Formats: sequence, structure tokens, C-alpha cells
Amino acid sequence: MMIVRILGEGQFRVDDDAAAELNQLDTELEAAVEHSDEDKFTAALASLLAQVRAQGAPLPADILEPSDLILPHEDSSMDEVRKLLTDEGLIPG
Amino acid sequence: MYMKGTAARMGVMKRVSLVFKAKANKALDKMEDPRETLDYSYQRQLELLTKVRRGVADVATSRKRVELQMNQLQQSANKLEDQARKALSMGREDLAREALARKSSAQSQLNDLQVQYAQLQAEEEKLTVASQRLQAKVDAFRTRKETIKATYTAAEAQTRINEAFSGISEEMGDVGMAIQRAEDKTAQMQARAGAIDELMASGALDDIGGHRDDIQSELDMISAGSDVEREMARLKAELTASAPKQIEGSGPNGGSQAAQAQAQQAQQAPYAPPAPQYTPPQQADEHQQTQPAGLPVADLPGLGGEPQDGDG
Repeated sequence: MMIVRILGEGQFRVDDDAAAELNQLDTELEAAVEHSDEDKFTAALASLLAQVRAQGAPLPADILEPSDLILPHEDSSMDEVRKLLTDEGLIPG
Repeated sequence: MYMKGTAARMGVMKRVSLVFKAKANKALDKMEDPRETLDYSYQRQLELLTKVRRGVADVATSRKRVELQMNQLQQSANKLEDQARKALSMGREDLAREALARKSSAQSQLNDLQVQYAQLQAEEEKLTVASQRLQAKVDAFRTRKETIKATYTAAEAQTRINEAFSGISEEMGDVGMAIQRAEDKTAQMQARAGAIDELMASGALDDIGGHRDDIQSELDMISAGSDVEREMARLKAELTASAPKQIEGSGPNGGSQAAQAQAQQAQQAPYAPPAPQYTPPQQADEHQQTQPAGLPVADLPGLGGEPQDGDG
């Protein structure tokens, strides 16, 4: 079991079995970011989020668990994701 | 955080979660007594709750402003269509075209606003849900905080505090970003709303009740013009009707019958009011002095209406 957060949406508990598929999509997402391929980026992000929503069970809001994996907002631009990865001011505080 | 070698294996999801964790650890490291962390963090959570609620209110205000503008634009579009119809019925195709051009401009602004409105609505919902989620986590944190403070020594508490802290810290980071995004969208929206306000004020979209509605003023002028025509016709009719009476008293009968016939015709003219009772005395006097008896008084330039048959 692992916990996955979609930013702006909340946390999900996802079965380990689903992890392989998520990792595959995540690799595509990362490649798209590295090659600045906006179309692939949008498609990969959309399927990754869809997968988490489909496979995961929403975590009750009063559970104080940090997530194992965190996914960008559904309407993130590639630029935003880059900033998220480099810890440059996107997370307040 | 951005290390190319490891990044390739880790993927986006893991890296983002590490960024969040690093942030939480950095905050934790600053605290001397771990239990102090709990109270400090709790204060910050409450502040963030206030902030996210204010964010919801701000987005709602912005959404209502857009709603108001959408109503105004819709009214403008309706009014412009009415004006186009009226202009066409008056045979002014040029005015109708102008009105329809503005209507189309108002309509495209309206369509645009509808999209923005939906986005603001979505943002408002997201923030509302985020504030509820944060509230639940803050409540859970408070309970955990009291337990830790009551049950554990400072040394024992460390691990439990770290867990609680990183859990809430991630949520706070998420909510903080949500607030930021909503603020950005709202700012964009306000800039846009300001631009539309300016456009409306300029008259380009025919502001309702605005001061520069030139289409309306031209239509008004046309219909004022036809009012003038109507009034003129009425006055003419009155004058021709009163002329024979004065003649009857002073002159021979010869010409007066023709004048009477004229007066009757004038009364049947399209624009003549059904019962002309008011006779402007001054005008009648003037005419009596300047016009030779028996001539049709109505025959003045620019009035053209009544047909004349025979020359008396």
C-alpha cells in the first residue's frame, strides 16, 4: 500500500499492484518534461491522474500521513512541473 | 533537489514528494524543543485556515463581478438586437448593421466570460474542498498534539511529532499552492473585467444606460424627425381648416368652397390627428395677414403631404 497525493485534489491509497503501471506513466511524464514535449506531457499527466483516481481509494481527510508520491495539479503546465521539481518557490512556507 | 543522475530513476512523482519532505524537514530542524514545534505549527495551521477561507470569499466576489458583467453584456446584446430591428423597420440598413456588429462584439465578450466564469467556479469549489480537508487535518493534528504533549517526554515525542508534522506540512503546502493559484486566476479575471468595463464605458459595446449610445440617439432622432413631421401635418390641417371660416366672414363665397374642400382633404391626410381642436391663434393671425385669401395655407416648402387639386 502506498499513499499518492494529487495536488489540489487530495490523497489516495493505492495498491502496490497498480504501482508498476503508475511508474510506466510517470516515466513517460518525466521524458516529456525533459524533452519539452507539451503534447506528450499533457497526455501523460492526464492518464497518470486518471489511473490514480481509478485505482486509488480517497484517504479520509483527518488522516495525518505524508504521501509516498505526489502528482502535479491536473491543469499544470510543464513549466509549473519543472518548478515543482526544483523546489523553487512553488510550495509556500 | 534537481539531480539528473538519480532523477532519471526516480520519476516525477517521487521527486515532488521529496521536495515536500525536504521542506518539512527544514522547518523541523529549526525547532529546539520538538514539542515547541507542535504549538508553532498549530498556529500556522490556523492562520492558513483563515487565509484559505478568505481565498474562497475572494474568488466568490470575483465570480459575482463576472456574473454582473455577463448580465450587462447580455442586456446590451438584447438591446442592440432591438435597435437593429428598429433601424431596419425605418429603412436604415446602415444603422442596423452597426448595431449587429456591436452585438456580435458583446456576444463574443460574453462567451469569453462564460468560460472564465466556469473556471472561477471550479476554483472556488476546489478551494472550498481544500479548506474542509485542511480543517479536518488541523483538528486531527490538535488531538495528536495534546496526546503527545501529555504522554511523551521530549525525547520520546520526536518520532511522533515528525510524523504528525510532515503529514500536516504536506497538506499545508498543497493548500498554500491552491490559494496561490486561485489568486492568480482571480487577478487575471479582474484585469479582464476591468478591460471589459472600459470597453463598455467607451460605448463600443453599447453600455446600457450609458452616456454614449449613438445608435440609440440616431434612432431617436429619426423618430423625433417623424414626430416633427406629424406635428407639422397636424398644424397644417388645423390652419387649412380654420382658413375658410375667416374668409367666409370677409370675402366673397367664390373661393371659400374650394378652400373648404382642401381643408377636408387635409384632415384625411395620413398624419392628421383625428380631431384638430387646438388652433394656435398667433400663427393664424400671421397667416391671415400674409397670405392672400383663398390660397391653400398648407402649401409651404418642406411640408409636402397634402395633394392639391384644382387651383381654386
